[in-house]
Order: sequence, then C-alpha cells, then structure tokens
Amino acid sequence: MSLRQADVARAAGISPAYLNLIEHNHRPAGEALVDRLADVLGVPSEELAEGREEARIAALREAAADAAKTRTGPAPELDQAAEFLARFPGWAGALIANARRAESLAGQLVDLSDRMTQDPYLLTTLHEVLSAVTSLRSTASILSEGGEIPDDWRMRFHENLNQDSLRLSNTAQALVRYLDSFETEGSVYSPQEEVEAWMASGLAPIAEAAELASDAAKSLAAQHLARFREDADLLGDADLRVAAAMTRDPVALAHALSVPLDLVMRRLAILRPAGFERAGLLICDGSGSLILRHATDGFPLPRPADSCPLWPLFQALGQPHTALSHQVVTPEGRRFDTISMAMRTQRRSIGGPVLTLAQMLILPFDPERSAMREDALPIGPACRICPRDECDARREPSILAPLPS
Amino acid sequence: MNPKGRAAQMTLDILMIEDEPNIAEALRFILTRDGWRVDLHHDGMGGIEQIRRCRPRLVILDLMLPNRSGAEILAELRAESDLALARTPVLLLTARGQGAEGGQQADIVLAKPFANDELRATVRDLLD
Repeated sequence: MSLRQADVARAAGISPAYLNLIEHNHRPAGEALVDRLADVLGVPSEELAEGREEARIAALREAAADAAKTRTGPAPELDQAAEFLARFPGWAGALIANARRAESLAGQLVDLSDRMTQDPYLLTTLHEVLSAVTSLRSTASILSEGGEIPDDWRMRFHENLNQDSLRLSNTAQALVRYLDSFETEGSVYSPQEEVEAWMASGLAPIAEAAELASDAAKSLAAQHLARFREDADLLGDADLRVAAAMTRDPVALAHALSVPLDLVMRRLAILRPAGFERAGLLICDGSGSLILRHATDGFPLPRPADSCPLWPLFQALGQPHTALSHQVVTPEGRRFDTISMAMRTQRRSIGGPVLTLAQMLILPFDPERSAMREDALPIGPACRICPRDECDARREPSILAPLPS
Repeated sequence: MNPKGRAAQMTLDILMIEDEPNIAEALRFILTRDGWRVDLHHDGMGGIEQIRRCRPRLVILDLMLPNRSGAEILAELRAESDLALARTPVLLLTARGQGAEGGQQADIVLAKPFANDELRATVRDLLD
C-alpha cells in the first residue's frame, strides 16, 4: 500500500512540512524519529538511516565539487566524503547547509540581475537619476569654475541646483522603497510576471517551463492555456492565417470568418500570424484589474498591479460590445494601433452576476499599413513613472521630470 | 576659424535637441560662452524638421526624448537625400553608455554624466 507523505507525517507525529524538510536533508532526524518513521513505512530503521546517509554523502560531494570550482589549492578529497561525514557529522552538515545557501543565493542573484536589466521601472528611475546628476554636475561646475556669469543666469543656476537636488533626493528615496519591496514581496517575480515570461518564451508545456517557478504561476498558466485551446478549437490556425493575410482590420477579419471579434483579437495575439508578428494583448476584468498581459515591444507596461488610466482598454469597459479603435503614443513617441472591446456575460442564471472583461489588441504602428492619426491618444506606463505632468488622469505624482510643455 | 568670428557670420553652429530643461540651459550657457551660436529644441517631435530648417554645423542630440527618440531622428538624418545635411556631425548624449542604440550612426557618443570640459573639447574637435 502506498502512503501519502501527509499520512506518513501524521502517523509519525510530525507535520508534513517538517517531513519534507527531513527528506531533503534540510532538518536532522533523531534516532527516535527515524524509528517511528520506519515503523510507519514498514521498513527497518537501518534502511532509512542508510538512505539518508547516502543522500548526505552525495550532497557533501556536490558541495565540495562546487567549492573546488571557485578556489585554488588542493582539491577536496572526494573519496573520503563518507569518512568525513562519519567522523565530523556536525562539520559536514554545516558544509552542506552552506553549499545549499550559496546555491539559493546564486539563483536569486541571477533573477535580480535579470530584473535589473529588464525592469522598466528600474531603467526609467536610473535614467532619471543620471539626468539629475548630469544637470547638477554641469550647473555646479559652471558656478564653481568662476568666469563671468550675469546675475540673472547665476540666480537661475542656483534655482536649477535646488530643483535638481530635490528631484534627485525624491528619486533616490523612491528607488530605495522599490528595492526594499524585493525583500518584502518575498519572491523576485509575481506569478503574473512568471506567466508573462512563459508566454513571451513561446508557451512551453507547463511541466517543462522553467519560467513557471511558483505553484500560483503554474495554476494561472493552466487557466490561460485552457482558454487558448478553447479559442483555437473555435478558430483554427490555418483559417486565421489565410484571413489575416487579407486585412489588418480585426473587425473585418471577424466578419469574414463569422466569429466574434473578441475571439479574433485573442487568437491574433497568441498565434501572431504574418502581418501580426508583434501583436500584444491586454485583458482586464470589470474592476480594471489586468488579468492577462501579453507584451509587445515598446508598449510601456509597468509592474503588474499598475497601469495607465488612459489606455483605451479601460474606456471600453464603459461601452461594452463596441469595438473602439485608437492610435496611442507613448512618452517616447512610439505609436500603436489598438482595438479595444468589452464583453459582458451572465454565466450561471438569469439572476447571476454580470461579469465584464475588456480586451485591447495592440499593434505596433506600421506606416505602410496604417495612417498616422492626428488624434493619437497620449498614454504612459503608470503615473509614478510617467513624465506627462499635465495629464488630467494623473492619480499620483511622478518621480520623473515633466515633459517640456 | 575663431568661434567668435564664426558667430559673426550668423550661421548656426549647434542645434541642441535635449528635453531636460536644466541640462539644456547649462550646456547652452557653457557653449555660448565659448562663442558658439546655439539653438535649442526640447522635443523629439519636430527635431528633424528643425535640423533641416537650421542646417547647423553640429547637432547635439539626446537619446531619450519625448515623442520621438534621438536614435530615430539620427536614422532619419542619415537617410536624408541631401548628402551635406545627412553628413551633419552628431554628438549623441545618452544615459545608457557607449553601446546605446543609435551610437554607431553618431560621430561621437558622450555618456551622462560628463564633465563640462569634456563636452567643450568634444564640440571644439567636431567644429574646428
């Protein structure tokens, strides 16, 4: 009879979590506990102890081999690992624990390093710091180098120094708060960010996807995958590829294929047929919370919980079942054509809750396939990293210097 | 030619496209004091039109600009059919280091923050 880990733990009088730690050599198991576990499992105590010892010898060898890679001098005597463990179990345990900690920290360092080079908030904030420092350095040099400076210029430079030092201190504080959040959040990436990385790398099978580290991310990915499969059953790859070659207008595509527009939008963003290779997709629920973000190059996406209230996605919530076409322009001047639409459903019964979902298909502006629109909507990433100072939709101050008016 | 003498000819020496007003103000002061005629443009939008209109001897171009990036402006300038205009020397200012986007099309890339003297010497090299 096979026993579940939880049953074994309960029968031995310990928690399943503690048993898990023992199994992975993260906690010691005393002789009495090994006897109890052996009883529950119906095996001799010696067999359990032997298995644990073999695992510890293997871990010790691994730790010694890792250490040998980064240091000079005599190599560790790997063939004497068993003897070392038997003679100095405490030292051996400490060595194994340190090796595991080093491995975990190295992994975290790689994650943080990735985040440093890809995180739009960090990149923007660091750019802001450098801009303020450049201005301070040039202005302070002018004042300290002497030479003729008219009084009105001297006053302006003093005022600029004051402005820039204030800006630098605000940005530095924001940066520290943000870096602190790495620790308080407990994980380097949120489940949604893990799912986004998984989608960006091509939707690998969930069990094999290195990007999906947390259980929450795996569960979220499974939900999305189920939806994508349902969509693909309703609108196959071949049909969509043929139709997409004819037009770039998703509404015309939906009409030609006799399928709903929201389905066409999702399928275009996931399949990315010719002509739509860089399509992106945002989906939010009725509260405006983003539940899917499939990024496209250059579209300013902040951290998952944040957004720009001017994205047409949110306008669509107020006009359900109506396709809204907008051209949007980012603070850096990148343009995108967007189609947004909200759908309302009442799933369970006539009295059940009405649920709203809005989608926005994002297509990078292509001058050969689309016209530059005078009424392009200025958007941003999220208020705190958006330089549009005069924006009517601003809900919190930006840490960035405003765009010149 | 002496910069002061060049100033007398009313030719624009430098068009600076930089959106950070305090940086632009400081740099314009330094370069004007050295005798160069300097004009400013604060936005990526309209940057290439301003270059065409002013035909400066040197463009100082910030990489990260609102509405249109410095790299886009630079690519457009280099693609101009008027070859003299296309070859206008460009000094690219960037917070992203020497490997920044557009760096290969610029005559020189100056990473922020820089010393005033470094900028002045670079401008002198490019204009003399």
